[in-house]
Amino acid sequence: MFRIRFHGRGGQGMKTASRILGTAFFKAGYEVQDAPRYGAERRGAPIFAYVRADKSTINERGVISHPDLVVIADDTLVGMPAAGVTLGVDAHTVLLINSHESSSTWRQRLNIDAVILALAAREDAADRATLPFIGSRCAAAAAALTNVIPRDVFVAALYEELGHLHEDIINQNRDIALGEFDDMTRHAGLVKQSGLPSASEYVKPDWIELPFENAEISNLAIHAGVTSVEVRTGLWRTMRPVINYDNCSGCAWICSTYCPDGAINVRTDGYPEIDYDHCKGCLICVAQCPPHAIESIPEHIARAQEAGETA
Amino acid sequence: MTRKLLTGNSAAAWGARLARVDYIPAFPITPQTEIIEDLAAWIDRGEMDARLVTLESEHSMITAAGAAASSGVRAFTATSSQGLLYGMEMVYTVAGWRTPFVMVNVSRGLASPITLESDHNDIMAARDSGFLQIHCATCQEIADSILIAYRLAEHADVRMPAIVNLDGFYLSFTREPVDLANASKAQAFIGDYDPENLQFRGNSPLSQAMAVLGGGPYSYFRYEAHLAVQQALSVYEEITDEFEDIFGRRYEMIDCYQMDDAEYVFVLLGSFSTKARDAVDSLRAAGWKAGLLRPRLFRPFPQQRIRQLLQGRRAVGIIDQNISMGMGGVLHSEFATALYGLKDAPLLGSYIGGLGGRDINQREFFAIADELKQAYDSGESLPPRLLYTQNELTEMRKLQAIAQAEHAEIHQA
Repeated sequence: MFRIRFHGRGGQGMKTASRILGTAFFKAGYEVQDAPRYGAERRGAPIFAYVRADKSTINERGVISHPDLVVIADDTLVGMPAAGVTLGVDAHTVLLINSHESSSTWRQRLNIDAVILALAAREDAADRATLPFIGSRCAAAAAALTNVIPRDVFVAALYEELGHLHEDIINQNRDIALGEFDDMTRHAGLVKQSGLPSASEYVKPDWIELPFENAEISNLAIHAGVTSVEVRTGLWRTMRPVINYDNCSGCAWICSTYCPDGAINVRTDGYPEIDYDHCKGCLICVAQCPPHAIESIPEHIARAQEAGETA
Repeated sequence: MTRKLLTGNSAAAWGARLARVDYIPAFPITPQTEIIEDLAAWIDRGEMDARLVTLESEHSMITAAGAAASSGVRAFTATSSQGLLYGMEMVYTVAGWRTPFVMVNVSRGLASPITLESDHNDIMAARDSGFLQIHCATCQEIADSILIAYRLAEHADVRMPAIVNLDGFYLSFTREPVDLANASKAQAFIGDYDPENLQFRGNSPLSQAMAVLGGGPYSYFRYEAHLAVQQALSVYEEITDEFEDIFGRRYEMIDCYQMDDAEYVFVLLGSFSTKARDAVDSLRAAGWKAGLLRPRLFRPFPQQRIRQLLQGRRAVGIIDQNISMGMGGVLHSEFATALYGLKDAPLLGSYIGGLGGRDINQREFFAIADELKQAYDSGESLPPRLLYTQNELTEMRKLQAIAQAEHAEIHQA
């Protein structure tokens, strides 16, 4: 069975990628199962989708825990534990990362056994959630890597899944996806199927008896702020609001009130401060700021700058 | 027949479309909403001749479905989790009206705490209502079960509403190949709804299921409803024979896999059972005589058939994706009841697993088989077990530590 996961951000088309690949497998004579996991169900938040394909009925269900191929549409997700891109990745797995960096850079950075390939990043978008054609490109690359989906079958699947879009958009998707398909053909067959785990040799699950704990412990009262300590929703952000304090007039009650996530705090000197761990990048503050003192910049550029400053 | 990739939700919508339903009262809830969206789109485009009405709650929605069935039209609706509970007063009430219609429930865990993922406590809450229950394991089965459920619900010996249950995410949002029946064959199977004496009209007041004082009449109505649900066992056989003749697919009330010589048996409901199929294959490859038994029909509960199927087996691992607080797994209790007093009854192991969408992996099925064998060999009974790992508790402890630290800080200040 082929087991393939697509990771990206809401808006990048990972569900579509999984459906194009699923339909392509199906048209190529495979039994198929594809499904998205919507995660936070929000643009910019990590999302993944998966495809299983086999010549016989598929009984396996749920999230793929031992992938043959993981496609990562947005390399900013790699270091994010919540995105879970490396879940179950081992020496058998091919990791395909859409990145400006080379595969050897990623090999050094990740230091894992997986086979790592780079999907050469093309034109970039300021807002990564709108990365153009990335879903179709990821699906095409995955299809080529399996070496079991003919080019014309892939195109038919793409037409079927994108059929609701304008003809020009479909054709653009097709041309760009086929470029990727042809490019990846040099690695055709790199992704290998894997079988079922063996029942004669297996690692026993480390089951435990859940102990009784009284309600003071088992149903702790949680202070509002603490509910989001582990949920760093700032990681969903694809555009970052930045306050230019030279222009800020200190009317912090406006931006802090409009912020739907309570992620703008008021400092003791009366000026606002953005909590980037929890700012989701909706940019409402940018629109509301009376002296236009908040600008938005692409998150991946802001992060690259920060990395440069600390290096 | 056309085989295409459909999500469980789309398969449910197709089931309703092929059943030629007339009326669809609706209210949205994740992970069910896509069913209603598909139906609404078809009606909007003129591809389906039905009326869809959005109601202000599940309580009204279920009332409307029952009332519509009472006026002689074929009604369909769908809900999930909190929605099913919100409508629960009417779930019991419309069953008492003896109105046949089909409701899909997309199983999702109940609050609190809140989740969107699959779990069977929602559908178990409707267990004693009078609704028939069919539980599905694949997307194919969803479309087919809706057709079967209408026939079963509308049968003159039964005339009760029915729930077709499917698991959230694992089926609702998962595409699989589905062989869709063609419309004319479906029509030949489903026929027209004969509402018999259910002929409510706005201009002609009638009443049904009135207040009854004194326990005698009440007992009569309630027990008759129970007997009607039980009639569905024999009716089910007839209907599924007919279904097989027309569509070539057979749906036993209990789906058995590798049961002929099985010594160790997994029992579970719904989509996780396909995982157990893989486990049975792997265990057989490793020399085990393993099997799988999955009730499709949960209400009525096929007790006699279960006794026949499990007599003489060594041990049975019952995996409940639900928990009755203070008792344990519901399916386990029901199997224990069904097998009570049976000569050569198997040893029963109770496992709670898959709560709130928690996955069950192949290693866990293997380990359950190992535990069953040890218990059989030693003759000792098995304590109930929650499928829960050290790693899961460690992750939980990290969350608790954050809350406890904050708690201490507040109380210090």
